[in-house]
Amino acid sequence: MLYAILCYHDEGLVESWTKEEDAAVLAKRHVTVDKLRDQGKLGPVIRLMPTTAATSVRNGREQLVLDGPFAETKEQLLGLYIVDCDSLDEVLETVRTMGQGESGTFEVRPLKLMWPDSRPTERQTKSAS
Amino acid sequence: MTELAWIDAALTSARPQAVAALLRYFRDLDIAEEAYQEACLRALRTWPEKGPPRDAVSWLIMVGRNAALDDVRRRAKSTPLPDDDIPDEETIEADMADRLDNANYRDDVLRLLFVCVHPELPATQQIALALRLVSGLTVKEIARAFLVSEAAMEQRITRAKARIAAADVPFETPGAVERSERLGAVAAMIYLLFNEGYAASGGEAHIRQSLCEEAIRLSRLLLRLFPSEPEIMGLTALCLLQHARTPARLDQQGGIVLLEEQDRTLWDRDMIAEGLALVDKAIRHRRTGAYQVQAALAALHAQAARPEDTDWRAIDGLYATLQTLQPSPVVTLNRAVAVSKVHGAEAALAMIEPLSEPLAGYFHYHGLRGGLLLQLGRAEEARRAFDRAIALARTPAEAAHIRQHLDRLQKDSAA
Repeated sequence: MLYAILCYHDEGLVESWTKEEDAAVLAKRHVTVDKLRDQGKLGPVIRLMPTTAATSVRNGREQLVLDGPFAETKEQLLGLYIVDCDSLDEVLETVRTMGQGESGTFEVRPLKLMWPDSRPTERQTKSAS
Repeated sequence: MTELAWIDAALTSARPQAVAALLRYFRDLDIAEEAYQEACLRALRTWPEKGPPRDAVSWLIMVGRNAALDDVRRRAKSTPLPDDDIPDEETIEADMADRLDNANYRDDVLRLLFVCVHPELPATQQIALALRLVSGLTVKEIARAFLVSEAAMEQRITRAKARIAAADVPFETPGAVERSERLGAVAAMIYLLFNEGYAASGGEAHIRQSLCEEAIRLSRLLLRLFPSEPEIMGLTALCLLQHARTPARLDQQGGIVLLEEQDRTLWDRDMIAEGLALVDKAIRHRRTGAYQVQAALAALHAQAARPEDTDWRAIDGLYATLQTLQPSPVVTLNRAVAVSKVHGAEAALAMIEPLSEPLAGYFHYHGLRGGLLLQLGRAEEARRAFDRAIALARTPAEAAHIRQHLDRLQKDSAA
């Protein structure tokens, strides 16, 4: 089954890491993530830009465009991994190893891909990459 | 990351909010700072064992507040304090009730930053104070960034604090006008901090870079507190877009590499993407401001894959806007670069001619003037302008850059 591993953390705290500390966290996770990739179980890995870059549209009779993320919370959604695992136990095991020595929270949520083959074309991503 | 590094990051991140809240309770910078220091010490003792609390900021405020009150009580036994000096416990309990209110945090942090930008303090002292109070850098670190001795920096910070203590710190909740004035002053200080790290190539490069990173962190913090302020978006974007070029700005000998000659593949694409996203967000508000225009200028450069792809016409237009928002000879000088690309060196030279007096002592004026004269084949005048520029260079890198032009002139005249 496909799962999303949603990474929640206090954004201000993550921004207080030095570049080296940030890189060390990712490098540590990569050991686990690489294993999944070797087994063909890794989907897209996404790091979200800071919530300060977010814009929200609240629907209703009048649509409201708001600056910032949808809700003010102590911890923010900062990124996610998509993985294909056989069981919840397998994902949880992965997540436990991945997060060793870290703070923050990983939420594991099963998902379904609605348009599995869709990807932005070169033209659309040019300015951002 | 080690446990200590985690705690350290948590304390750095909590610092602005915690110190700001403690300042509101005690209305005294030194007490607030000491209270926070004490809370940090206790955190270092208890967190490794019990794990970090879920809400580190509140924990630190509570513990810091209690520690400071204990201290006050102890002192009260020997020397009675005047009644109005320290708020009594009831007031503090009442204050704690709104502790979780984000709106309060917002004005607290703004106040703490605003205290640092006291108009009587020179800019460098404002920055030093903010780095000490808000960012929590040690005096030693700040001294190294400013290339002065630790003792000198200690004295500067102490003096700055004394000056603030003598002034009235505004503790009432600000109205809309005051809030926007404070935001403007604080934004200016953050941009000064950024430039302190960005402009000079002297000193230790990694320390200077960390000043830029700290400015970005503070700017993002401000934007999180005031998410709909287009100028704060502009400021954050401007810092990000400029800082993105850092890996390409100096060559291996530490010489300046001009924008046109930089290896653009070295630019930090993540920072550029975030900067562009923020410029987009800001434009939507249709409230133009100087930071937004400067960010848009930086964005135009960032979007050009090669120097020849630069949209100079748009840059010329943005500088024209900036000239009306923030008229200054330096802005005109920068516009002249765009004008030389769009309309030629002759037009640019005419534009900067009136600047000869106000910018007589400005390195870049003579550098640009020399370059334009060179393009027009006026070698002798160019040489004189470059000579003037070299005399005004503040760093060896600036001088070396002009030296290249002079050497080329020499070679041409010899040939």
